[in-house]
Order: sequence, then C-alpha cells, then structure tokens
Amino acid sequence: MTALLQVLFDALSLGSLYALGALGIALIFGVMRLVNFAHGDYIAFCVFAMLWPSIDAAAIVFAGNLPTVILVPFILAVGAGLSVLSEIVVFRRFRNANPATMMIASFALGFVIKYFLLMLYSSRPKSIDLWSSLTRQIEIAGARIPPLQAITIGVTIVILVTLTVFLKRTRFGLEMRAAAENFTMARMLGVRANRVIMLAFAVSGMLAAAVGLILVTQTGTVDINMGANLMLVAFVATVIGGLGSLPGAVLAGYLIGAATVIMQVVLPPDARPFRDAFVYGAVIVMLIWRPNGLFASKAAKQRV
Amino acid sequence: MADRPSILARTWTTPVILIVILGVLQLAALAVGSGPFNQTIIEIFIRVVLVVGLFVFIGNSGVISFGHIGFTCLGAYMTAWLTMLPAIKKSKLKGLPDIILDNKLAYGWGLLAAVIFAGLAAYAAGKVLMRLSGIAASIATFAVLAVIIQVYSNWDSVTGAQSSVVGIPIVRVVWPYFLCAIAVVLVAYAHQISRSGLALRAARDEATAASASGVNIPRERLIAFTISGGIMGLGGALFAHSVGVVTPDTFYLGLTFITLSMLVVGGMNSLSGAVLGVVILSIIIQLLRWMEKGVDIGGASFALPLGVQEIAIGVVMIVILMYRPSGLTKNRELVWPSNKLSGWGKPKAPADGKTV
Repeated sequence: MTALLQVLFDALSLGSLYALGALGIALIFGVMRLVNFAHGDYIAFCVFAMLWPSIDAAAIVFAGNLPTVILVPFILAVGAGLSVLSEIVVFRRFRNANPATMMIASFALGFVIKYFLLMLYSSRPKSIDLWSSLTRQIEIAGARIPPLQAITIGVTIVILVTLTVFLKRTRFGLEMRAAAENFTMARMLGVRANRVIMLAFAVSGMLAAAVGLILVTQTGTVDINMGANLMLVAFVATVIGGLGSLPGAVLAGYLIGAATVIMQVVLPPDARPFRDAFVYGAVIVMLIWRPNGLFASKAAKQRV
Repeated sequence: MADRPSILARTWTTPVILIVILGVLQLAALAVGSGPFNQTIIEIFIRVVLVVGLFVFIGNSGVISFGHIGFTCLGAYMTAWLTMLPAIKKSKLKGLPDIILDNKLAYGWGLLAAVIFAGLAAYAAGKVLMRLSGIAASIATFAVLAVIIQVYSNWDSVTGAQSSVVGIPIVRVVWPYFLCAIAVVLVAYAHQISRSGLALRAARDEATAASASGVNIPRERLIAFTISGGIMGLGGALFAHSVGVVTPDTFYLGLTFITLSMLVVGGMNSLSGAVLGVVILSIIIQLLRWMEKGVDIGGASFALPLGVQEIAIGVVMIVILMYRPSGLTKNRELVWPSNKLSGWGKPKAPADGKTV
C-alpha cells in the first residue's frame, strides 16, 4: 500500500511537470501551428534570471534572494516577457512560413538563447539553494514524500484550473480557443490575430517559468540544458495527446510521467537502464494505434 | 509528349554542378594541404553525406524526420566494431560475438557494412512507421532515435555505454570522403528522378491526387527511408573514421538539429538545397570559429568571446529563413541556364499550409 502510494506520488509529480511543459507547447501550436523548440530554453532562461551574470563556478544569487511573493511573479514575468519578445522579434515574421521552417527558426532561437546564457554564465552547472526545505522528506501513511512533490501536484492543479477558467470563462480565452479551432475563421469574426498570439505566447512563457521554478527546487542546480529533456518529453506528449488539444496534452503528460515511473518499478533491474527506451517504444506503439493522438481536434485532421 | 526530352536529359546538369562545387572544395584541400584545413573539408564532406541522406527522405516525402541521426549512430558503431584492433575490442567491448572480436577488417568494408546495417535498420523501422504521416511520423522517428541512443548508451558490453569508444582507425586523406560525398549525391539524384522518387514527390505535393493515381505512398516512403537510412549509416561510419572516437551522445539532438537546419536553410525540397545549405553554413561556421580564435587586422587582434559563434550562427539562420522561408535555393534545383524552362525543381505551392 505504502509502495503504491509512493509510486502514485512520483508519477503524479513527474507527470505534472510534463503536463505543464506540454501545455506550454500545445498552446502555441494551437494558435499558430508552431512547434516551439525554444520552450526548453525559456525554462532555463527563467531559472538563470535568478542569478547575477558571472562565469564563476559559484552562483551569485541575485533575484533569487527576493521574498517568495515577489520572486514568483518576477520569474513568471520574465518567462512571459521573453516569450512575447521572441514572438515580436522572430515568430511574427514566420506566420505564413511552412511548419518545417518555423520549427527550424524556433530551434535556432533556442540555440541563440542557450549560448547567450552560456556566454553570461558559463556552461558549468551551478548549485542554488531555493526553498530547499521543501525537498526534506516527510512521512505520509508510511510513504516518504518530500513536500515539494505534494506542492508540485497542488500547484499544477491550481494552474490547470486557473487556465481552464481563463479559457472557458473570459473573452480572451474564448478568442484563444476559437483561434486554435480555426484561425482564419476566428480572424474573420473579429479576433485580433496579434493579440491572441501574443497572449498565447505570454501564457506559454509563464508556464515555462513555473516549470523552471519547480525543476530548480527539485534538483538544486541550474544548468543551461536543464529544459531540453523536459521539452522533448513535453513535445512528445503534445503529439500523443492530439495536437491542438489542450486537455489531451495535459493527460498525455501525466501518462508519460506515469509510464516512466511505473517502468522504473516494474522492469527487472537489468533492464532498468533501458527504461527510457521502453517509454519511447510505448510512444511508437501509441502513435501507430492512434496516429492523430488521443484527442484529435477536428482542425488537426487533414482535409481533402 | 513524344518529343519531350527525357527527365535525365533535362536534369543532368544538376548533379554535375553539385559535383563541381564539391570538387572545388577538394581542390582547395589539395592546394592548401594542411592538416586542420583538410579536417575542415572532411567535416564538410561528411555533413554533405548526412544532409543529402536526410534530403532523400525528408525532401522527397515532405515528412520531417528527427530520427535519422539514429541510423548514423548505428553506422558509426558498426564500422567501429569491425575495424578496431582485436586487442582493444577484447578489453573494452567483451560482449561482441567472437567472430567480430577476433578479426579486423579494412575501413572500406566497415563503410559497406555500416551502409547495409543502417539500411536494414531503416527498413525495419520504416516498415512499421511509414504508415504514419505528418507530425505523428516526425515524433515516431524521434522516438526511434531516442530508443537507439538509449540502448547504445546503456549496453555496456557491446557499445561501451556512455564512455567513448576509442581506437577506430583514423583516415586522414580527403579522397575517400570526397568520393563518398559524390556517390551519395549521385544516388540521391538517381532516386529523385526514378519512378519511385517521382511518385514520392507527387505524393508530397498532392497526397490525395497521387494515391488516387495509384501511388502506394507507404511503399514509396519506405524505399526512400531505407535508402536515406543507408546513407546516414555511411555518414556515421565516415564520421567515426574521421575522428577515431564515437560516443552515443555525439549522435543525439545536437547533430540532428544542425543537419536539419542545414537542409532547411538550403531549401529542403531540392538536392541542390541540401548541398548548398551544408557548404554555405559550414563556411559561415568556420569563419566564425576563426574569428573566435582571434584574427589580426592591422596589427590589432580581435577575438570574439566564447558563445558568440553559436549565437551568430543562430541569428544568421533566423535571418536567412525570414527572407527566404523556403531556403536559399527557394526549393529549386541548380540548373544550367538554358534548361531553366524545363520546370525542373520549380516548387509547387504546398496543397495546404496547415498540415505539417
């Protein structure tokens, strides 16, 4: 029972991270068919925003010293700002380009952000002590769980609920959903393209910032590559969920998180190093079974 | 129709021009003759092999694949297994079959085995995946890459896991790389104008019309995927022999994206785009590398700070794509001027901008 509880918590907290990442990618894909490979670098950028630029091995904490109530909005604003800026400077010019071109442009942008960080902070991982008391384990019903896991799960639920309310109950949300469904039609009905796209980028940037904060608290290190792996899993999750479907992206994020944790437990010790190979193998099977994803949106289907 | 010249007669200038471009690089290597410069040219030839390999599938089918570098990894390790000294293999890679452990082949056989092995692997993977299309196919190919890299970076007894495999015979002459690059360009060209290649390109531009005209899309895709997998394997083997060291990490996302970028910046639907993308981006990268090391201009030495090279290459790529969204060649082939009216390589507008 306790082991089961432990697995459940692990799966949920890992899944939460993936879900948040997938949501950030799915939001932008919804409005402009862009697979944003720079998302992982947004995550790293937000985390580095807490440090003062220096190439020393020791991290000089700067914004990270702010009280939590100021720090969190600050980092979220950094994420939103960077994301919107990249839309204005780069992606706006690619509105009519084909998806491959946009994808490579986003990758190039990610490359620029990453090496900008490398130039300012060097490539060495640095350790940073952010809310480290949260990683100390506490016992709940025999399972040892760091409060951070519970907080991660809780925060994710709060974010998801807020976002759902925002999308379903506000005018902006309605416009965004309309744009995701059929962008041309939405524009004809009076949805302002620039505003909706910038909003999507802002929300996506904030999600990246949230993921960054959770990641850095979990690992206690900052690294210019910290977002890359998560971004990939999130990207896979968006596709499995059905491109353009936000609930699908979230659900698929949780699914991949659960699959990873369960494989870790179930696989024999010899096969454990190959865990990720099994996870990706499952991804292939999933795609062959449901090529359009779990929740294919109507807009994603190819029309003749 | 009867007096319309054959496709070969209309298009043969394209591979010739491309081979001349590669030949100029080869001549430059012969003229300069210094070790580091040769290494640079070798690097360019290897990238030509890899990017043309990507083009055979991506350019002709229109399906972006993130998985091809996995086949490069297979090829690199295959040649490493075959051509290393038995003594080194016995101490580091004990899990290999005895027949491989006890023998050592010349690197030419290593290259051949790499092509066959990677081609077979691509055939097997393609058999399953080619029913998918669009972004689902892209992700599935990425999953293949992830599986290959995960297996190779953990299978200690056969691949040395994360630690690098050293002791692969190094080939420092430029000729073999040049010849391989030419061969690959010719293979890609031959495939492109073959019945199968034309059918695949038709399916890329108008999937519905093509399948209504009897094009078996999964089959044509599988053929292209297998050929391009083999070429990627060759690229991997050449890479292994150019540096003498392989690790699984080399063949992951970094290489995937650099090669994809070169293809897209060049113009992903044309063979000329694949070759030009490599040559132009490689030259820019090389110039920036030299500037990073420091250049003397009028007695003063200028050096760019670390990281600027990558930032600059990223910015250059974004700017090129902004002004030429379909790549430097605008998806057209290079042709001798008199052939311009033939319609070869003139891009067709994509049927539906929305589908990936």
